[in-house]
Amino acid sequence: MQRSFLFRTPSTLIFLGALALFTIAVTLLSDAFGAGVISTSFVKTLGKTLCLCLIAVAMDLVWGYCGILSLGHFAFFGLGGYMIGMWLMYERTKDIVTASMAQADIPPTPQEVIDAIGTQIFGVVGSSEFPLVWAFADSLFLQLALVVLVPGVLALVFGWLAFRSRVTGVYLSILTQAMTLALALYLFQNDSGLRGNNGLSGLQNLPGAGDIPQSVMSIWFLWASALALGLGYLLAAWVVSGKLGSVIRGIRDDEARVRFLGYSVEGYKLFIFVLTAVIAGIAGALYYPQAGIVNPAEIAPIASIYLAVWVAIGGRGRLYGAVIGAGFVSLISTWFTGGQAPDLPLGFYTIKWVDWWQVVLGLSFVMVTLFAPKGIGGVFDLITGQRAPERHGADLGPDKGSLQEQEALK
Amino acid sequence: MTILKKTIVGATVASSLFGATAWAADDTIKVGVLHSLSGTMAISETTLKDTVLMLIDEQNAKGGVLGKQLEAVVVDPASDWPLFAEKARELLTVDKVDVMFGCWTSVSRKSVLPVIEELNGLLFYPVQYEGEESSKNVFYTGAAPNQQAIPATDYFLDELGVEKFALLGTDYVYPRTTNNILESYLASKGVAADDIFVNYTPFGHSDWSKIVADVVALGADGKKVGVISTINGDANIGFYKELAAAGISADDIPVVAFSVGEEELSGLDTTNLVGHLAAWNYFESADAEPNTAFVEAWKARMGEDRVTNDPMEATYIGFNMWVNAVEAAGTTDVDPVTDAMVGQKFPNLSGGTAEMLSNHHLTKPVLIGEIQDDGQFDIISQTSEVPGDAWTDFLPESAVLTSDWKGLGCGMYNTETKSCVQLGSNY
Amino acid sequence: MPPPPYLQASMIHRTFALIAALILMTVSALAQDSAIQSLLQTHRETIEQSSRKTIGPVITALATSGLPSAQTVLEKWQAKDMWQRKADGQFFYAEKIDSKTYELFDFETNSSVEKAAKSDLKQLKPNSGIRALIGTALVQFQLMDPDPVKRHDALISIERDPEPAHLEPLRAAIAGEQDAALLAKKQRLERLLTARYDAASEARVAAINSFADDLGVDARAMLNPLVQTKRRVVAGDVPADLNIARRLTPGGDDLTGDAAYAMLVDAGLAPAKIDAADIKTTLAANIVDGTVGGVPVAELDDMAGRDRAYAALVAGGLAQPTPTEAQIGAALSAHSFFDAYAEADPAVTQAAEQALRSIGTKVAVNQFLDLSLDAISLASIYFLAAIGLAITFGVMGVINMAHGEFIMMGAYTGYVVQQVIPDYTVSIIVAIPLAFAVTFAAGVAMERLVIRWLYNRPLETLLATFGISIALQQIAKNIFGTQARPLTSPGWLDGAWVLNDVVSISYIRIAIFVLALIFLAVFLFIMKRTRLGLETRAVTQNPRMAASMGINPDRVNMLTFGLGSGIAGVAGVAIGLFAKVTSELGSDYIVQSFMTVVVGGVGNIWGTLAGAAMIGFLQKGIEWMNPSNTLAAQTYMIVFIIIFIQFRPRGIIALRGRAAGD
Repeated sequence: MQRSFLFRTPSTLIFLGALALFTIAVTLLSDAFGAGVISTSFVKTLGKTLCLCLIAVAMDLVWGYCGILSLGHFAFFGLGGYMIGMWLMYERTKDIVTASMAQADIPPTPQEVIDAIGTQIFGVVGSSEFPLVWAFADSLFLQLALVVLVPGVLALVFGWLAFRSRVTGVYLSILTQAMTLALALYLFQNDSGLRGNNGLSGLQNLPGAGDIPQSVMSIWFLWASALALGLGYLLAAWVVSGKLGSVIRGIRDDEARVRFLGYSVEGYKLFIFVLTAVIAGIAGALYYPQAGIVNPAEIAPIASIYLAVWVAIGGRGRLYGAVIGAGFVSLISTWFTGGQAPDLPLGFYTIKWVDWWQVVLGLSFVMVTLFAPKGIGGVFDLITGQRAPERHGADLGPDKGSLQEQEALK
Repeated sequence: MTILKKTIVGATVASSLFGATAWAADDTIKVGVLHSLSGTMAISETTLKDTVLMLIDEQNAKGGVLGKQLEAVVVDPASDWPLFAEKARELLTVDKVDVMFGCWTSVSRKSVLPVIEELNGLLFYPVQYEGEESSKNVFYTGAAPNQQAIPATDYFLDELGVEKFALLGTDYVYPRTTNNILESYLASKGVAADDIFVNYTPFGHSDWSKIVADVVALGADGKKVGVISTINGDANIGFYKELAAAGISADDIPVVAFSVGEEELSGLDTTNLVGHLAAWNYFESADAEPNTAFVEAWKARMGEDRVTNDPMEATYIGFNMWVNAVEAAGTTDVDPVTDAMVGQKFPNLSGGTAEMLSNHHLTKPVLIGEIQDDGQFDIISQTSEVPGDAWTDFLPESAVLTSDWKGLGCGMYNTETKSCVQLGSNY
Repeated sequence: MPPPPYLQASMIHRTFALIAALILMTVSALAQDSAIQSLLQTHRETIEQSSRKTIGPVITALATSGLPSAQTVLEKWQAKDMWQRKADGQFFYAEKIDSKTYELFDFETNSSVEKAAKSDLKQLKPNSGIRALIGTALVQFQLMDPDPVKRHDALISIERDPEPAHLEPLRAAIAGEQDAALLAKKQRLERLLTARYDAASEARVAAINSFADDLGVDARAMLNPLVQTKRRVVAGDVPADLNIARRLTPGGDDLTGDAAYAMLVDAGLAPAKIDAADIKTTLAANIVDGTVGGVPVAELDDMAGRDRAYAALVAGGLAQPTPTEAQIGAALSAHSFFDAYAEADPAVTQAAEQALRSIGTKVAVNQFLDLSLDAISLASIYFLAAIGLAITFGVMGVINMAHGEFIMMGAYTGYVVQQVIPDYTVSIIVAIPLAFAVTFAAGVAMERLVIRWLYNRPLETLLATFGISIALQQIAKNIFGTQARPLTSPGWLDGAWVLNDVVSISYIRIAIFVLALIFLAVFLFIMKRTRLGLETRAVTQNPRMAASMGINPDRVNMLTFGLGSGIAGVAGVAIGLFAKVTSELGSDYIVQSFMTVVVGGVGNIWGTLAGAAMIGFLQKGIEWMNPSNTLAAQTYMIVFIIIFIQFRPRGIIALRGRAAGD
């Protein structure tokens, strides 16, 4: 089964090969293990981009294949980051606190150690007590489990409620956006116990790994991200390849008909929604230790919309399209907004890309939606010679997708 | 796949190009500017970028530093906090800058801290902030709470006779910590907990009617009410509009703001706000000679309608102190310059002299200004210089902490256990 | 580093100025200062220091000097018009001639002294605390002043800082008062002062009773201090000479046993309890050869070990024992705890308590009313922001994520108009139709260029319009900058409609409410009474059938979309007037607007109205329950909406039948 699955989808093999080559190439060009051509900060950017590619794969699965335009997947991404961030902060602070307290005359009680950690972590936001959500922060294993469980359970509850009451289409999109906004606003509050607007910071310093330079650490994370992306891609490719994939695509194209055929549409949708939320959580847990800080601004609804933009530009309904979209758009955005892009003098006005990049991005997005619904991925169809039937003119029948005027003329 | 590969190859080439530029110019001293030029914070931070560029040009006209010209390396972290860390790393490792001027929000500073401490960089942070921090690699040229919040509260207590306080703030770390400090400070001054009303609103909040009504209702027990506002940015506009609509005069319920300066007032018609207060260490209207020259230079460069403000002054002091410290140390290396920085003195724009203390904070005079109808402030109170305190004395956990990089070599020293809690800073 | 040259220069300058001042002072002393000037000169340092804590005697000296010009001095000083000549320190009042020159006048003669450069003068800037003190001192001069404005000022000063001494002059000033409004104010103030300061208990009680159903903040501000209590503890029984509010039993509802014992400790009537921190300090002070009281230091890392070591120290007489429960109980029962009024007269406190109780209920009712007004106002803002969306999304089913940017465009149009037309009233009258026109055009353009190609692909409309939204936002930033721009309402919209001291609402909010009602009417009129409305409804229900009836669906869609966008533009002007104009103005409202439409029920304007009302009232309700955290109110409101939609997916008012569609 495994062999035939991979055989049936050669793009997966090509993708995995390319990913491996990319990772090795970056390693060989890096500061830590090779030529030193790529700076550590750029290795980090690439590592983060791989995580964004992973969540884009999840987004493609839920939107491109299942037709649910979720504007909430960055919330799951952020939650994953928060879960791992709690452990990182707790342990790092614990190391500092125990070292400092060991010098005191009287050895500290366990409670005093915890109180001191609390003061250190929350002193920044004017508090000192541990909120309940930090109950498991001292256990790496439990927090890793939470990376998967928290986004998963949130997606399960939200999805179950939403799909059960048959909220579909744009309503569902708006509802997921509302969920994201509510979560972001909640985390913005200091009372949420996750340090409000400051979020969790200093995550790049892994506890107990103070001696390892960031140049080496960045490569480790690049490898971890690449591995996660590879596995995530494989999983997604497997999900969409078999009968399960056919049902999911069926739901995207016409939910009612699939339901009439006797499939539990809600169950399938819920499965995909939860699965992608979990993937998003894992991607987040890998992303934020590289970024160094996770805070509520990361979760704001706009981030999730950008995710949809990446996938749409890359090409929906094909997994490599999502990866290309996320990698291409996020890297090029970094380049343009980073002030490195040369200004474009028009004679009467000089276009500064820092100012105008957003405009170009927004309009190019309109263009892609209107003229190239397949996105960049469509280029591969041209290469491999796959052509969509030429369908022009108005629909002849009453429904969408019916025969169109010009086809009928042929 | 081709496109993905192309991107990668392109990126590699790009990054090697960056590397090349870094090696190219060795005869200049590089100054990194880490202020957001886009996104929500661009409004405030762009001004500071322009200030640094102006100062660099002026310094170069004077012959540069150590006989070398200064070269600005401007990057845009786009109000995106993780990006601050990334850009800081880029500045330090790729562009190899000797010093950085940057950050505005506390969260951006916290994001940058681990990077500059790891790579031993040097950052000048020019904005008033909540304190509770002292990093070996950062010089804080803005006000600590005891240089803005505490004196303003004293002014309320002593000069205006305020007995009941409304602490209104935007929900983020600076108002939270400041209000926390103020609550325990007021308690130490004998103000009962019932006489302190605290409210937090989101960024950009616009619906202020209920909160203003709540504040008015505080007057019902016959005590004089005062508002201490740490409301940030745009939200102030709706707040002051509602205040004006409710007809609250500064004589009845005075409002003192810590985040409203000349720049913010330019978005408002201030006729109905005359008499409300702001506490800063600098106002454009300050009547001192260096200020006149500074304001003139700024207006000549940026246009007549541009105003100056407190963080600009902090940038100005920080920059000049750094120049003098480099001249004193004879090198731009971080450690000698850091040593030479402590004890540096430079005249404030608002009068008096700023001195860099061994806790990397400045001495600053505290100014209280009343809003005028032309959007400027009328300075009605000016103290002598107050030394900045990294760890506030009014919170029990931080009262025992002190920072002294010169004598103790530690930014977070526990005076009770007589030990250094940590050498890095808490982020 | 030596001070820069200009500082040195200024130091020299200062030295010279000092010498010059000394010479001048002797000269002016010879030239015989006027009485008022010499009085001011006596207090020169205090006046220059300008602090409320020290200025009191100076103001009293001036007010009681009996000099005819004392009133002028105080008034000019209060108005920040008093200036000091740097050269000799003499005080004058000044009038501005231009930004650099001021004309000085003598207080005594009111005649011009000289025209002086501003740099030679120092303005005295009394802070508002000092200004209030001056105002209080001026009361005696102003209360009978022929100018009603000054009489009003005097009353305001009394209102702010009432003093017992004000009572008699105020009573004397009532008789001659001609102005009805001022008379009423005087009488009210007289009652307030009587209740507080009169010597006779009966007069005070009568005055207090007259406020029994008064909603004024000043009435409560008078009553509350009267019933202020202080919690006290004494050994033995409660002293009889105190006006006791209530006795307290330790461990009862009002006073926990711990709190009571803490009071005893604070009063020095009982030994303090030893807490964990004390134990730790004591232990640390008693380390001998790595052990404390025989317990090795390494074992002190839990509380049991520490307690053991501490007990050993107590036994060895090296530490204080903590009081036992029995000792605490005995201490508590040996003392009386009570709340005592600061006011000694029981009749007064009783009357005040009663008056406050009856006011309390009335205040609660009125607060509810005020909250409801706020909620209605918020609802009308949401409704205004959402009504355009109710057309484009509700009627046409088009998700327009750029709707918020149309609101922003409207607001910026208002700003631009105000730059051209300085008169605020005229500019608003021009701005409203212009904003409609601008956003109508933008809406039509967007419908023609983008949306009509995507009618069959609603999800992609969402994304395409989002692209437009970020582009428009950035363009606005590039044109207008990220800074908030002022959009000022005309003068007649300033201020608030005040029903009483509790219930009030600003006129601008009322205007927005009226605008929302007008739009509701316009919408209903267009949809129900015009050809366009009929055609819109037809096209919405069945475009093909409508087309075969001779309606041009393209044209109808275009106009309907333009109408929805245009209304958004007008909403933008209104929202900009009461809040701020920034490029992010629209995105602040977009999610809430969609919520409003979805919660209300798509395709029905009454639904949108109901949705806005529900969200407005809900948010204010949550804010009322948790007044210290507005952010939480917004969070919980969204969570509530999400849950609400689960149970009523089609909103409050759901369309039935075929029109409901999918």
